[in-house]
Amino acid sequence: MDLSSINPLLFIAGFFVAATPLIFAAIGELVAERAGVLNLGVEGMMIMGAICGFATAVETGSPLLGFVAAAVGGAVLSLLFAFLTQIMLANQVASGLSLTLFGLGFSALLGQNYIGIKPPRLGDVDFGPLGDIPVIGPILLSHDIIVYLGIALVFGVWAVLKFTRAGLVLRAVGENHDAAHALGYKVVRIRTLAIMFGGACAGVGGAYISLIRVPQWTEGMTAGVGWIALALVVFASWRPLRVLLGAYLFGGLVQLQLNLQGVGVAIPVEYLAMSPYVITIVVLVVLSRDANRAPGSLGRIFHASQ
Amino acid sequence: MTFTKLLASAALVAGMATAAFADGDDKTKLGFVFVGPVGDGGWTYEHNVARLAVEEEFGDKVETVFVESVAEGPDSERVMTQMALDGADLIFTTSFGYMDPTINVAAKFPDVKFEHATGYKRADNVSTYGARFYEGRAVQGHIAGKMTKSNTVGYIGSYPIPEVIRGINSAFIHARKANPDVQFKIVWAYTWFDPAKEADAAKVLIEQGADVILQHTDSTAPQAAAQEAGNVITFGQASDMAQYAPKPRVSSIIDNWAPYYIERTKAVMDGTWESKDTWGGIGTGMVGIGDITDAVPADVKAEAEALRDSIGSGEYQPFTGPLKKKDGSDWLAEGENPDDQALLQMNFYVEGIQDDIPQ
Amino acid sequence: MISLVKRPEPSRVFSLAAPLLAVLATFVFGGLLFAALGKDPFLAIRTIFWEPLFGEFAFYYRPQLLIKGAPLVLVAIGLSLGFKAGIWNIGAEGQYIMGALFGAGAGLAFYPAQSVFIFPLMVLAGAFGGWIWAMIPAVLRVKFGTNEILVSLMLVYVAEQFLASMSLGLLKNPEGFGFPGSRNLQQYASAHNAELIAGTGMHWGVVAALIAVIFAYVLLARHRLGFAIRVTGDAPRAARFSGVNPTRLVLFCLGTSGLLAGLAGMFEVAGPSGQVTIDFNVGYGFTAIIVAFLGRLHPVGILLAGGLMALTYIGGDIAQSKLGLPAAAIQVFQGMLLFFLLAFDLFTNYRPRIGRAEVA
Repeated sequence: MDLSSINPLLFIAGFFVAATPLIFAAIGELVAERAGVLNLGVEGMMIMGAICGFATAVETGSPLLGFVAAAVGGAVLSLLFAFLTQIMLANQVASGLSLTLFGLGFSALLGQNYIGIKPPRLGDVDFGPLGDIPVIGPILLSHDIIVYLGIALVFGVWAVLKFTRAGLVLRAVGENHDAAHALGYKVVRIRTLAIMFGGACAGVGGAYISLIRVPQWTEGMTAGVGWIALALVVFASWRPLRVLLGAYLFGGLVQLQLNLQGVGVAIPVEYLAMSPYVITIVVLVVLSRDANRAPGSLGRIFHASQ
Repeated sequence: MTFTKLLASAALVAGMATAAFADGDDKTKLGFVFVGPVGDGGWTYEHNVARLAVEEEFGDKVETVFVESVAEGPDSERVMTQMALDGADLIFTTSFGYMDPTINVAAKFPDVKFEHATGYKRADNVSTYGARFYEGRAVQGHIAGKMTKSNTVGYIGSYPIPEVIRGINSAFIHARKANPDVQFKIVWAYTWFDPAKEADAAKVLIEQGADVILQHTDSTAPQAAAQEAGNVITFGQASDMAQYAPKPRVSSIIDNWAPYYIERTKAVMDGTWESKDTWGGIGTGMVGIGDITDAVPADVKAEAEALRDSIGSGEYQPFTGPLKKKDGSDWLAEGENPDDQALLQMNFYVEGIQDDIPQ
Repeated sequence: MISLVKRPEPSRVFSLAAPLLAVLATFVFGGLLFAALGKDPFLAIRTIFWEPLFGEFAFYYRPQLLIKGAPLVLVAIGLSLGFKAGIWNIGAEGQYIMGALFGAGAGLAFYPAQSVFIFPLMVLAGAFGGWIWAMIPAVLRVKFGTNEILVSLMLVYVAEQFLASMSLGLLKNPEGFGFPGSRNLQQYASAHNAELIAGTGMHWGVVAALIAVIFAYVLLARHRLGFAIRVTGDAPRAARFSGVNPTRLVLFCLGTSGLLAGLAGMFEVAGPSGQVTIDFNVGYGFTAIIVAFLGRLHPVGILLAGGLMALTYIGGDIAQSKLGLPAAAIQVFQGMLLFFLLAFDLFTNYRPRIGRAEVA
């Protein structure tokens, strides 16, 4: 065993890449949940984003256009969920699960001609001489634009929810939709927008996997990231900045596990692989003592005449 | 109870028998049961390529059907039964987990032939087949040993099962022969399919100093990670992954099932099909060695090709004594080769590998 | 403009008509999809829905419907009790795995001894495995107020890792040449959950599912606990006033759903599947959530919904093989069916009114 072959700089830099799909998917879902909508279709929207982004990037040669298409693809799919739950007043848990099933199937149909193709590459952002700063350079300033966008998005969501009127209205709708309705807010419209935002974010997160992290297209390639993102939102107790923390923890544990294996530490891999989930449960128990709780109307159906 | 049971099973067997004989046309009908989607780009993709090759070869004389993403267990048993009921003459079941279901269904349809991939249970109408991928690993190991500058080779495994361990041992033995200082770093992904995790594993290995990555998982994620890193070479797995040639991908192991599928289909048509165990390697073409690119120096390339050819001709076997197990005990004496049974259940590393197999 | 008015009572007509309309709509849109893929839409739909029930080989597929549907119904019945009371166990997949591991483990511990007591012991062990796994989120919710959706979901992944560990380690077949997976319980007479009457598909899991349906029906319609469940779901505050103990309700609902999921896993591993393997679980725990909602959380509805889902799985596989439809197209088709069923359900509880729209 020789722990010295783990390079701490690269180890930590690896967190950012591993966490980015999670960050996008989770921050989108967080906004939807703060508006009172529980969308379990994250995995389906991510995989739609993965194929829409991949196909567009391959056809146009532009990875950035790919990400735009991924956002559109995820948002369009989420509209289906919005229609079911907001207009047709269907149960959100069942609608979300169905959305995942549909998304996995539909993406596979769309992707039939994109197997075994290498997508165009998105380069890292060039910070010029700043990139040469020791420690900070390799850890923070060696990534592609989407990594930074993800972090910026989290702070953006945090600021909007905390400081703006729009954020206040969104939270009001999520806490008590009847009261919000009585105050004249358009609950269905606000929730639909929140759902679409969630879909767009999940789509970008999916495309990050198919265009940058892996990069290739294969059916079902998101392999459960959407579910982890859902867990992450609750882990973060619906606070945007804690999403960042959680995403690095989740991504970091996978990295740590692989790193320890690489240096030959005889660890029982299965038990280390289950550790992020066990830790999440422990953190939940610890966090349960403070006042963070789910939005009051989460998952409940809203109908104006009630 | 016993009587009703007897009656019911008699009725079922009678029903199935008529069903099997009801198929009157003279086309040879082939069924394929796939464990993943045909779009997985790896294991199932290659089996489907072989299915298409059979169609190409025999044209109108065959009809092929397949069902993809069939879960092991009762679902697979149902799909096989359904194919047999629909008049399939030969059914390929392409995952280890289909072993017991294949045997069960085969017992009910004595006139239908079954081919089960990578298993060890046979019957009068069940053959087994598998590929000696470890032969290809020997060639990769040689190139890896010659090419590594950091003397560190990274290996991404799926689950610690004999198939994967065999490949690691074979690669390691030949890497050591080419370069006595070489070390292997082995990381287990504990998944059959999770491209993102494979990418992570490759990155970790590269960060820890590996400049050659071998993979026993099917996605191109490690290839992309190696390309990103620069001075790292990789080998294609399952399919050629030529889109990453000439570098990082310097060669590959290709699952080439087509010759075998064509041969067995022909045997059914001719009525010469018999139950047997086939373990094909480089010699029979079941294990293809993808083009070695110019990123490999000419002398190394020539050596690797010579190794490939000597394995292919049967002149040399990758596991040839003297070899010791990792714990220092003797395994093979000078010039000795293990029998297939020993290869099949290999559950130890050879001497020199530092890691332990996770238990 | 069209607006919705809540019906005072759920419409009886629509509770029957909505599923039919949904199926019809799925035929139309699914047919368009199949046509777009270059297949004969009528043939495809006929193959999926008709072939397993009344086709040439229905004698084989009908029993298979029981085998495929039973675990779905068994799990969904348990989930529906909690869902009715607003207690969200979405980790049935994990409880299903743990039931299978405990059940198979109990049986294999006695291998190769033969005894009539082994199978009943496995049933108890399987039920216990599922129950204890569901008690984790239950106790955490009761003691600490943690969210049971998340804890139960997290425990699915933990259970999956246990499953891999057991398949590669403790439960690995010693005569299996080092391959992962346990001994096949189908070849161990005392532990085999065999068909009760050969060729009917009727095994103990199917019997258990039917008993669970009756049990849930009686519980909800006649028992005080059933009343507590309904009242808690409809009006949590009123429930407290009427003397419902929320702690006991959480423990009961999660415990029961875990127990039934564990049983489903145990019957599956001892019967149709036979083996503990890395990929033993095939998503019954998640599909059962959909089944529970499709069945409107009503025991009889769940029975029908479980049958319908099983039908689309079996018919879907037939359509793949016979017509060359990709598995993905079947998934999309199933997704559509679920969407339409969920959407048309609206008209059971609401009626559309044409006129001035209310602000929504």
